[in-house]
Amino acid sequence: MQYEAVIGLEVHVQLKTKSKMFCGCATEFGADPNTHVCPVCLGYPGVLPVMNEEAVRKTILTGLMIGSEVARFSKWDRKNYFYPDMPKNYQISQYDLPLCAKGLVEIKLNGGATKKIGITRAHLEEDVAKSFHFETTSGVDFNRAGTPLMEIVSEPDLRSPDEAFAYLTALREILISGGISDCDMEKGQLRCDSNVSMRPVGQKAFGEKVEIKNMNTISGVRRALAYEIQRQTAALQKGEKVSQETRRWDDATGRTSVMRTKEYAHDYRYFPEPDLMPVVVSEEMIAEIRKLLPELPEAKRQRFVKQYGLPEYDAGVLIASGTLAAFYERAAQGSRNPKAISNWVTTELLGKLAEAKKTIDECPVKPEQLSELVSLIESGQISGKIGKEVFAEMFAGGKAASLVVKEKGLVQVSDTGSLDGFVEEAIAKNPKSVADFRAGNKAAINFLKGQVMKLSKGKANPQLVGEILLRKLEGG
Amino acid sequence: MSLHTLTIHELREKLQRGNVSAREATQALLDRIQAVDGKLKAYLWLNAEDALAQADTIDRGGVARNGKLLGGVPIAIKDILSVDGQPCTCASKILKGHTSVYDASVVQRLRDAGAILLGRTNMDEFAMGSSTENSSWGVTRNPWDLERIPGGSSGGSAAAVAADEAFAALGTDTGGSIRQPAALCGCVGLKPTYGRVSRYGLVAFASSLDQIGPFTKDVADSALMLRVLAGHDRRDSTSVPQSVPDYTTTLGAGVKGLRIGLPKEYFIDGMDREIDAAVRAAIKKLQNLGAEVVEISLPHTDYAVAVYYLIATAEASANLARFDGVRYGARVAGEDVIDMYGKTRGAGFGPEVKRRIILGTYALSAGYYDAYYLRAQKVRTLIRQDFEKAFERCDVILTPTSPEAAFRIGEKTDDPLKMYLSDIFTISVNLAGICGVSLPCGFTKSPRLPIGLQVLGKPFDEENVLRVAHTYEQATEWHKQRPPL
Repeated sequence: MQYEAVIGLEVHVQLKTKSKMFCGCATEFGADPNTHVCPVCLGYPGVLPVMNEEAVRKTILTGLMIGSEVARFSKWDRKNYFYPDMPKNYQISQYDLPLCAKGLVEIKLNGGATKKIGITRAHLEEDVAKSFHFETTSGVDFNRAGTPLMEIVSEPDLRSPDEAFAYLTALREILISGGISDCDMEKGQLRCDSNVSMRPVGQKAFGEKVEIKNMNTISGVRRALAYEIQRQTAALQKGEKVSQETRRWDDATGRTSVMRTKEYAHDYRYFPEPDLMPVVVSEEMIAEIRKLLPELPEAKRQRFVKQYGLPEYDAGVLIASGTLAAFYERAAQGSRNPKAISNWVTTELLGKLAEAKKTIDECPVKPEQLSELVSLIESGQISGKIGKEVFAEMFAGGKAASLVVKEKGLVQVSDTGSLDGFVEEAIAKNPKSVADFRAGNKAAINFLKGQVMKLSKGKANPQLVGEILLRKLEGG
Repeated sequence: MSLHTLTIHELREKLQRGNVSAREATQALLDRIQAVDGKLKAYLWLNAEDALAQADTIDRGGVARNGKLLGGVPIAIKDILSVDGQPCTCASKILKGHTSVYDASVVQRLRDAGAILLGRTNMDEFAMGSSTENSSWGVTRNPWDLERIPGGSSGGSAAAVAADEAFAALGTDTGGSIRQPAALCGCVGLKPTYGRVSRYGLVAFASSLDQIGPFTKDVADSALMLRVLAGHDRRDSTSVPQSVPDYTTTLGAGVKGLRIGLPKEYFIDGMDREIDAAVRAAIKKLQNLGAEVVEISLPHTDYAVAVYYLIATAEASANLARFDGVRYGARVAGEDVIDMYGKTRGAGFGPEVKRRIILGTYALSAGYYDAYYLRAQKVRTLIRQDFEKAFERCDVILTPTSPEAAFRIGEKTDDPLKMYLSDIFTISVNLAGICGVSLPCGFTKSPRLPIGLQVLGKPFDEENVLRVAHTYEQATEWHKQRPPL
């Protein structure tokens, strides 16, 4: 029998706010353990939560970007369970009245077709702390506890690991473009759980649902789903039943294993949080937030293709991050060749950033400086090859392109007097190539051209060198 | 006259004139506590040196003479409120040795008003009880009869004020925990409207019902204390951004033309005869002073106790989850973390607290939520609407505070349900979120025990409640009676 997978994703996103969800502590990542804590986020006796309005606004903005219905009346609930990473042993979350209901995210399938993935809801809650396990003891770092966390639940509309991958990629682009989150999975800013079940092709009813946890990268999600689909399919084909349970993905072994079965499922005993007032969202507030709506990734991609004459792929690379796209647009604005700028950004710039483990925000080369470098090449003052050398220098020292060129004496040699000398030297030293050329092997001229470039230490204007060589060889 | 017997407004006059120093006032209380608290056990913790040092700072700064509302006045604090650097155990073994790391908002307000934070008073564990017998640190005695309970849960605060061991004390009221002990000890206990006083720093029992209020020797002091405590606080989202009137200036306006509602459901056959008589005499008195009396009905009164014990315990089951031995308080080691939770909470909580956590957990469980918690919330709305309707016909409501005077220690400890019924006249007030005060209105004959009169008002209408209470009090001598210690 043929089976198809039914997949739904629950995505947790840490919001990019200055302070935590219910207290004034900083949300900064990477600080020493338990340094961004206070009585409130440690759950000390007697403390009360105070709602972070910026987090609510960011959640509403997300809702507007994915076409959700923004609730005019929403509330907070307590989700009860005991765990050492939960300071109060209940999490303040939203149960039956989330801030955002419904919505759509469009994904791109292989071959260019698109598919709309339904969003069930997006709600706001507080993140938990982080546990560390040592040899004989465990420790808890509460810095993360209370960070605003948005949960986005998709409809079971996904049918393959590739679709799940495409969905997460699209969602990530949206969240980054809206400044909602940096979505850095390594920092745990975007986390994902998945529900997957199998059913015979053509059947409407869902099969038994398995929840998978602990997938730490987007490609990890794809691999975990592929494994789980194969595992469940094999079981069904053997006539076994898939049991409803929660499984943990192990990225190292590439397998999932049982975490807890249905009998041990939590009863979270949700009830309305009496310490917080309901969230009433006014029309004015929504109008205000609507003004912050960024250009959606797909629209931006199309604009880049049209406005700057870029290939679809390059445009996609540039818009993957809002800051990268902004960098590109600033550089392209001052340039006569936006396509060349795009090539520089997507190859040299991203390459150097990756090498230096830096983000675009930390890039030592300013957009205007890149623009200047490209125009130096365009105008023939330096060659493209030298340009790479100059760029490396700019990246290392933050200097302007023209300054590097001047300091290193890298200006292209276009003066025929100097070039004549190099050309004659090359001809004198390589009689065989000269003979080959004259015997009709026109390609031999490229070798001689290379020799001239070498003699000029790369500074010779390649176009002029070609002309002079041709003249001397044919005329000689 | 010894200093410790003064009211706050009497003491303030002396402090402001410079006739008495904050140190002398504090020392007078310390002496009184030394003399009688061995019998009463109202205080759980007292640091004489620290209290005197606070007094000296106030004396040096001239704080008592610069018009601050509580400049130089020592105040006792129920052991459920956070005072930076002081222990806060909620009378529970699970918080043994725990020291607060911040000030509750009301404590900050007391400090700002120039008060001296004197010591911590006994209570039922986590404010769960009506007799202070549920304290893990021993029972507080009623100053009028040492064989009897002081009421609860704020029994220590009530006994301390009634026995002149404090000029005033803070308590908390979730279902009557200020008003009932005030009635049983013969002092004034005020439960403000929900949202009137910030709960930040109050260790929550039932968040939607808890409210902080003062115990005082007379109504004028209650008004003064409320003026200090009330007001919006950014740290408590349920506190209301509404201006605070000067309650002390409207006290003397009299009751002429004021309509007093008597709920027929509260005046029933089988009520203690002496209490019934005392309350009816008080009504008569107010009528003579110019008030009108109307009969009203609060038809859902019978459901109040049941509704209360579902909502309060449900909230408590979550509120008390944080006491797990991980971050603070007592910890009993276990095989693993789950075992540690069980052992810590098993050893740390007393039987009444465990009973309520279990009850609340059950009420919220899948399959029972709709039948218990949700239904209770709906009935709570009906109870609130009862009061809204009643207040269309009257300005304040008068009832007895407690169905009986102070009972004997141990009398009800074996029957939780009987104990829960001690609060039948006070519980609806918390469910409705309105305000109320209890003040002395007589004594039983033998033994001679105080009887409390409860005055209830509309939300945020503490002014009328205090005005009626003050008018009655000034026309009687009950508030001047002192226990024979």
